[in-house]
Amino acid sequence: MMQVFPFLVVAWIVLMGLYGMVTSRDLIHLIVCLIVVQSSTYVLLLGVGYVTGGVAPYFFDISPHVKAVDPVVQALTLTDVVVEAAVTALLLSFAVQAHKRFGTLDPHELAPFKG
Amino acid sequence: MTPRQRLWLFAFGAAGLVACYLWAFAGLPGFGNYPGPYGPAILRQVIAQTNATAAVSAINFEYRGFDTVGEEFILFTAAAGMAVVLRRLRGERQGEQGEESPAEQAASRQVPATSSAVRVVSVLLVGPTAVIGWWLATHAQTNPSGGFQGGVILATAFFLVYLSGEFLVFRRLSPVVALDVAEAVGAGGFAAVGLTAVAMSLPYLYNYLPLGTIPGAISSSGTIALISFLVGIEVAAAFVLIIGELLDQTLLRGGGRERRQGGGQGRRQREESA
Amino acid sequence: MTPNAVMDALQVTTLVFVAAGATVVVRTRDRVRLVLVLSVYGMLLAILFFAFQAPDVTLSELTVGAVALPLILLLAIAKVRKPEAAQPPQPPQPPQPKARKPE
Repeated sequence: MMQVFPFLVVAWIVLMGLYGMVTSRDLIHLIVCLIVVQSSTYVLLLGVGYVTGGVAPYFFDISPHVKAVDPVVQALTLTDVVVEAAVTALLLSFAVQAHKRFGTLDPHELAPFKG
Repeated sequence: MTPRQRLWLFAFGAAGLVACYLWAFAGLPGFGNYPGPYGPAILRQVIAQTNATAAVSAINFEYRGFDTVGEEFILFTAAAGMAVVLRRLRGERQGEQGEESPAEQAASRQVPATSSAVRVVSVLLVGPTAVIGWWLATHAQTNPSGGFQGGVILATAFFLVYLSGEFLVFRRLSPVVALDVAEAVGAGGFAAVGLTAVAMSLPYLYNYLPLGTIPGAISSSGTIALISFLVGIEVAAAFVLIIGELLDQTLLRGGGRERRQGGGQGRRQREESA
Repeated sequence: MTPNAVMDALQVTTLVFVAAGATVVVRTRDRVRLVLVLSVYGMLLAILFFAFQAPDVTLSELTVGAVALPLILLLAIAKVRKPEAAQPPQPPQPPQPKARKPE
């Protein structure tokens, strides 16, 4: 059971995030659901790289031959987390701009752009 | 398409997605049985090749440094794009107002003061937060730290200045010109370190600085420490820019279409009642 | 219990909390409440990453997901709030007598 449980949780988070995005009536809520979907990829990456009984891959005071978890996926997730915040800020500035033009943040009522 | 139809279409698509997920997870080797050759190969070589004891930072800035350049430029572009989108709004508004600049209007506006508890704690925390952020950004090769985390914490220190005082103090302490220059120095410095390696007829982002003697000391690991420091500056400047732009929009330009009762007052009320 | 079993129990517990947290985040509709719930979700994720032996990612997720991201969201929410929602500050009312005595 422990072999697949983290991946089931990843699938659950993705489905909940997508469901929130589909049924959202507010652009801010939609952006937060996008954040939730992105967080599922972090859990997936770290879950793939985990080694049972492994320690964190930092060898300042332990021997380098101790069994450690995979550091490559941690490096990928690390930069991803910080960059996601900046991209979310950019999306929020688009939402602010949309509010200025249309006066509403409801995705069903935002008029399609002309031209 | 009505919401119910949209929900049925989503259910149909989600069923397909779940089926594909279960099929994919059945092929994985299971949680905890990571087999791949890349991770253990790096762990065997990392101290011998780079003298850095933090394998994750060595991967970020040395083995997969090219990916990190790309990620950092995503950050740079996002901050720049946000400045472009929100600054055009600022230009429109200044044409409308006429008499005073929004900064002067903001300085003369009567706002309820922030509570003393918030101000004292924020002032006390500015110094330690800045020191911790700086320390994290420069110690990438020893412990779980690095430019990205240190930069965000350093940006938080600037925001504490706003919490402990006024927005205008925050703006004076971090003028937009200085932020733009700092961000450019960080991002351009990273690319320049790589290009210097090319100028020495080595591969791009090759680690050409002396590796030091003690693994994990400050002076070890060559370009990793330097790149982490530059990344820290860039991330801090990008986040201060983002937060400054949003604060500027909220406080100086006012929330919504009314300028008198802007979102800034509501925000101060929330802080006062918190 | 063996160390592996302890670690397994910790990871399963945190995973269940993270799944519950994601559900709560998606089901919250009020904006300010959404920001606070997202901050708690970020902290739960940080604990999960710590249980997966990744302290670097924990530090990143804590600073970004629990501090910087809710901050940016709050500023954007304050920007798009309706003007009539921002009332001038009310003077504090004197405490009214609570229970109405039955006549």
